[in-house]
Amino acid sequence: MLTNNMVLGGIVIPWELMQQSFWPILIEGIKVTIPLTLISFFIGMIIALITALVRISKIKPLKWIFNIYVSAIRGTPLLVQLFIIFYLLPELNVTLDPYPTAIIAFSLNVGAYASEIIRASILSVPKGQWEAGYTIGMSYRKTLFRVILPQALRVSVPPLSNSFIGLVKETSLASQILVTELFRKSQQIGATNLDQIVYIYILAAFIYWIICFILSLAQHQLERRLDRYTVR
Amino acid sequence: MFAVKGLKKTFGNNTVLKSIDMQVDKGKVIAILGPSGSGKTTLLRCLNALEIPDEGIVGFEDHQVDFSQKVKQQSLIQLRRKSGMVFQSYNLFPHRTVLENIMEGPVQVQKRDKKTVREEAIELLDKVGLKDKKDLYPYQLSGGQQQRVGIARALAIKPELMLFDEPTSALDPELIGEVLRVMRDLADEGWTMVVVTHEIKFAQEIADEVIFIDGGVIVEQGAPAEVLSNPKEERTQRFLHRILNPTD
Ligand SMILES: Nc1ncnc2c1ncn2[C@@H]1O[C@H](COP(=O)(O)OP(=O)(O)OP(=O)(O)O)[C@@H](O)[C@H]1O
Ligand SMILES: [Mg+2]
Repeated sequence: MLTNNMVLGGIVIPWELMQQSFWPILIEGIKVTIPLTLISFFIGMIIALITALVRISKIKPLKWIFNIYVSAIRGTPLLVQLFIIFYLLPELNVTLDPYPTAIIAFSLNVGAYASEIIRASILSVPKGQWEAGYTIGMSYRKTLFRVILPQALRVSVPPLSNSFIGLVKETSLASQILVTELFRKSQQIGATNLDQIVYIYILAAFIYWIICFILSLAQHQLERRLDRYTVR
Repeated sequence: MFAVKGLKKTFGNNTVLKSIDMQVDKGKVIAILGPSGSGKTTLLRCLNALEIPDEGIVGFEDHQVDFSQKVKQQSLIQLRRKSGMVFQSYNLFPHRTVLENIMEGPVQVQKRDKKTVREEAIELLDKVGLKDKKDLYPYQLSGGQQQRVGIARALAIKPELMLFDEPTSALDPELIGEVLRVMRDLADEGWTMVVVTHEIKFAQEIADEVIFIDGGVIVEQGAPAEVLSNPKEERTQRFLHRILNPTD
């Protein structure tokens, strides 16, 4: 057994175990963590856009409801939100698997945070742009969709990419409601190798890191592309 | 053709326009002059409802808006579609090319045929001397060029009235001429224009009528030869003296 381990300054690294565990953990990452992130982020973005538009509008009662939603999500821990939704759905006689339950929780969470980003970037577009839209005869809606949003979304790409990368890591909380994603898989492998559990967690961390590193490269590419409309 | 009656505008407790009456006949050029803070921009913005007056009637013969009553959004949009506005700070759409900026109104608002609009847009660019810049983005242009695109964008919706708010005051001195030249061409072509400006000489050349406002009222109005060369009111005389002799 010792021959398959690497000795580094007195510490014995279970190399073979790490190699054996790498693929099973990575596969859960590709099969569960990444889709969970993508789907939740996609739904979250739709929620965020609607929330941002309602919150900059003058539709009073609706505005308050969305204000409360954003405030509640921002004011409570994601883990608590996850548990509430996990236990609330059965109370409401809704039977859902842990995986879609996690999607609901993450979508609502990312939706609230991203709505703040989108709202701020809409407000950052100069007032003169609204007026330019109005003077060529556009309505509020038309100006919003043709003039303001394209500029606002461009501004919000960097902070939204950060949210996306953040979400990759936050999906590890889904392990707590029994979704077998990247981290829960590591826990399961770790449970049968308790002596070397720390190395399994280091391996999991490493895989998260690789995923996020690739995403941050993609983020840079995207930002570079969007830059061509603006002076730097 | 276009008229304003009893226009009043207040910001908080600051009454900026007390009671303005004015008339713009078809094909005429009106220059508005006045000290800083006298309400020139506010007046111009009230003309196309970018600023909502507290009182007064603004409009064209076939579409008038009475601001003493509750006004429908659609009525404001209708009013705006009849006039084009050129801003001090250009306000071009930064995410669209020069050509797209100009085509946006005719295509998106007026729903006109894209191909025809494109041809017209290129003609307009030719008129303002920027045909070769059609595929550039606004940030790739100088201030004077951006402002000329701004003029072309406003013209593209075929307005009955063109409004200019100090279109050259954000420009470097050497770029002012190219914009004024385009405006002079428009005046010669018979466009109806209301121009807020500090360029006295330019006003003298192109305006049919000069309006001098101060303290929220029209102090003096008339032909440029009278108001600018031979002002009757003391306030006008002082203003002109100051602007023509800035070092006194
Ligand atoms: N949105 C606003 N809210 C509050 N006050 C305003 C607003 N816009 C203008 N004012 C005030 O109205 C007055 C007239 O402003 P306005 O911009 O019309 O003057 P102006 O004649 O165009 O001046 P300038 O030559 O400096 O451009 C000023 O006292 C200004 O502070
Ligand atoms: Mg002004």
